[in-house]
Amino acid sequence: MQKTLDQFAIGEQGIVVQVAGEGKIKRRLFDMGITPGAEILLRKRAPLGDPLEITVRSYELSLRITEAQCILMKVDNSTTASEGKE
Amino acid sequence: MKRFALAGNPNCGKTTLFNSLTGSTAHVGNWPGVTVDKRDGVYKKCAEPVAIVDLPGIYSLSPYTPEEVIARNYILDEKPDCVINIVDATNLERNLYLTTQLLEMDVPIVIALNMMDAVERQGDKIDGKELERRLGVPVVKISALKETGLQELMDKAFNESNKTRRGSTVLKDTKLGHLIGDVKIALAGQNVDNPLFHAIKLVEGDEIEVAMHKETVNMVEEFKATFNDDIFGTDFEALVADGRYKYISKYFAPVLTRKSKEKFQTTRSDKADKVLTNRWAGIPIFLVILFLIFHLTFSENFLFVSTFADWAGRPLPTLEDLGLVAEGEPINYGVRWLATIYDGAIFSPGVIVNNIWNDMLVGELFGWIGGLVEGSGMAPWAVGLINNGIIEGLGAVLSFLPPILTLFLFFSILEDSGYMARIAFILDRMFRRFGLSGRSFLPMIMGFGCSVPAMINTRTLADEKERTATVRVIPFFSCGAKLPILTAVAGAIIVQFAKGNGNADLITYAMYLLGIVVAIVSVLLMRSTTLKGETPPFIMELPAYHAPQFKNLMAHLWDKTKHFVKKAFTIILASTIVIWVLTHFAFDWTFLQDEAINDSILAGLCKLLQPLFTPLGFGSQLGAYGWVFVLAAVAGLIAKENVISTFATLGACIIAVLDVGSLGGITAEAIATDDTGISSVIAMIAATGITVPGLISFIAFNMTTIPCFAAVGTAKSELGNKKRFNWTLVFWLVASYLVGAIVYTIGSWWWTLFIWLAVIGAVTTLIVLYNKGKIKLKPLKKMSKRS
Repeated sequence: MQKTLDQFAIGEQGIVVQVAGEGKIKRRLFDMGITPGAEILLRKRAPLGDPLEITVRSYELSLRITEAQCILMKVDNSTTASEGKE
Repeated sequence: MKRFALAGNPNCGKTTLFNSLTGSTAHVGNWPGVTVDKRDGVYKKCAEPVAIVDLPGIYSLSPYTPEEVIARNYILDEKPDCVINIVDATNLERNLYLTTQLLEMDVPIVIALNMMDAVERQGDKIDGKELERRLGVPVVKISALKETGLQELMDKAFNESNKTRRGSTVLKDTKLGHLIGDVKIALAGQNVDNPLFHAIKLVEGDEIEVAMHKETVNMVEEFKATFNDDIFGTDFEALVADGRYKYISKYFAPVLTRKSKEKFQTTRSDKADKVLTNRWAGIPIFLVILFLIFHLTFSENFLFVSTFADWAGRPLPTLEDLGLVAEGEPINYGVRWLATIYDGAIFSPGVIVNNIWNDMLVGELFGWIGGLVEGSGMAPWAVGLINNGIIEGLGAVLSFLPPILTLFLFFSILEDSGYMARIAFILDRMFRRFGLSGRSFLPMIMGFGCSVPAMINTRTLADEKERTATVRVIPFFSCGAKLPILTAVAGAIIVQFAKGNGNADLITYAMYLLGIVVAIVSVLLMRSTTLKGETPPFIMELPAYHAPQFKNLMAHLWDKTKHFVKKAFTIILASTIVIWVLTHFAFDWTFLQDEAINDSILAGLCKLLQPLFTPLGFGSQLGAYGWVFVLAAVAGLIAKENVISTFATLGACIIAVLDVGSLGGITAEAIATDDTGISSVIAMIAATGITVPGLISFIAFNMTTIPCFAAVGTAKSELGNKKRFNWTLVFWLVASYLVGAIVYTIGSWWWTLFIWLAVIGAVTTLIVLYNKGKIKLKPLKKMSKRS
């Protein structure tokens, strides 16, 4: 199943399929390691609901919902299982 | 001397390594034209001394941020003898992304694999030898914090610096490999230095490179026409970035063997973060931390010990109660020290440091110098200039040092520990409404303490326009030195106009709120007109929490101290001398005693300015002595403390001229012994007949106008751009004038509220319409050129 990163639930994981958006922001996302194939875990939302905190390439990154909307993800179906373990 | 450059991601330990390598030789400045820190120093333990330059922390060599452009231009143009690339071993993939770009330059490179201790603590292993083989450049494992491996690193770097190295790329086997190779050959044929690096940047369509090599771009464009990728189409920038990460995942990442097989591990830092940025607890925890910082810095009632004692019915005795203070003076030297820590309440550490610095060190030293000058038999004007001008001026500025450094220490701890990034994370949502990011909150709130560290702290803001807007509104967050103006004037209003019935604190509190409102309105206005721009993106690393390092904190504080003291002894000193001369000489250059300030050059100038302040309620309508308010405001430009001290000086003069009866029963003695300044303000009110709206307008004007010299100097160096700085001064003047006028007119004639509302409504509508493109302004520049 594919959806954009902002639609992820907390604790959900997936793999980046494609990054949209315009020049500067897209380049920034790429530079920070959000490239097709990268695995992302949505860790949390800020107290006011936005921005989001994700783990990508084993470090923590924050980005806004508007930026997360540029990232198309393939949902990792094992996520729900691993969430149950915690 | 050989030059080595340190390059690496932010938070990779680069600053720690730099401090360990250079020690006391470190020097901090700005890169030319931008306010990005430039650090350099000397490493002495190699075969010969080596200059070390710390490049800004960067993630990539894209053309989009000033830091990245500085770093790449430095390596390309200044050609250091070796680049030491610091790689955070706990975050290998993303750190090596920059490495793959650095490797493309024709420069010797050594990799410093930092934070190896943290990797080993987790039970993970990195095969350094294998990484070295795959990268093709030396790799040295170090811990910048524990200072291990540094000598080996520097020896290797020194060794490499004697060789020449050709750039290599991880992209040669990708679809773009051939194109890159062809462009490189073309560029090499044109004798371009670093042909590989430039070739790749050209293929990426990098705006700086495209402008530099216009002819060669055609090669890329022709290629693009025949090319299409399934995922990226012809987005070469994306293809290149993707190629790098693919290579890293495939060839470099496997040198790391993880102990745990979990894909996403939960570290200690993650657990701490769960609490600190918790959905419900995050904001309250932040508020408590903020309160603690201000409490530890400014409170004269540490941990509310004295309040608790009062509740318990056993109030703590003051020094006077104990018989240790007689006639306002401590009875002996020991008591003077005691008075820096305790007087009816325990002082907070920040206040204690402040008292020791001001009362025992600077006060003592300056008092001693003053005594020497007094007894030296110099001309009275020379004694006055040195004692009242230079020493008092320097004292006023240096007295800021303790609170500035204390605040700075706390904020450095927040920054170093990784919590600062979380504050931005928590508050971003709120600040986006005003076109700012969460990062701008801290500098603003620091403004309540002192504008100077607050403005320096805006360096954490990535976006230039956001930064300018923040620097401009910081003075509206009323600082510690403006508080005495508020309390003195508010106190006098209650005594003089409300016969003592009323709450002066309410006025003070309302003024703080007014400042915040003015700040918000200004930011909204600037972000929709002169500082228009998209809300800066918030793609920000949240570094792992770690304990702040004492050595780093001290290095940080030492930089600030040097910076501040240097300024105090140059521009601020010069300005104080000028103001002193203007207040102590008449137009015919005869020397005036303090009491004769009425005849001084500055008083003359202020009388000229006086009519300008009529709309603000403290201009011509105040008559013969009305210029004192203007003078107090002008004196406040040096230091806001001067506003009330000017009242005290002038109050004494006025009493000498007018009779006591007309001054509300205030005597010269009352003014001299009153620390709060309330008496002198009452004298001013009686002498000028200023109204309550006029007084409120006066404090509002002082709060929002050009801040003190120290803050103006800081704004100048932080804004970096002369034009931007000049406009900032204009902005402060206009803002404070408008605020004063609005307060005065509405306070005097309530119905003017509707006029102001109409004006504000009209301006807002115009701006909204203009931004929507419904109205167009005539291009002024073109018109003036034609004529």
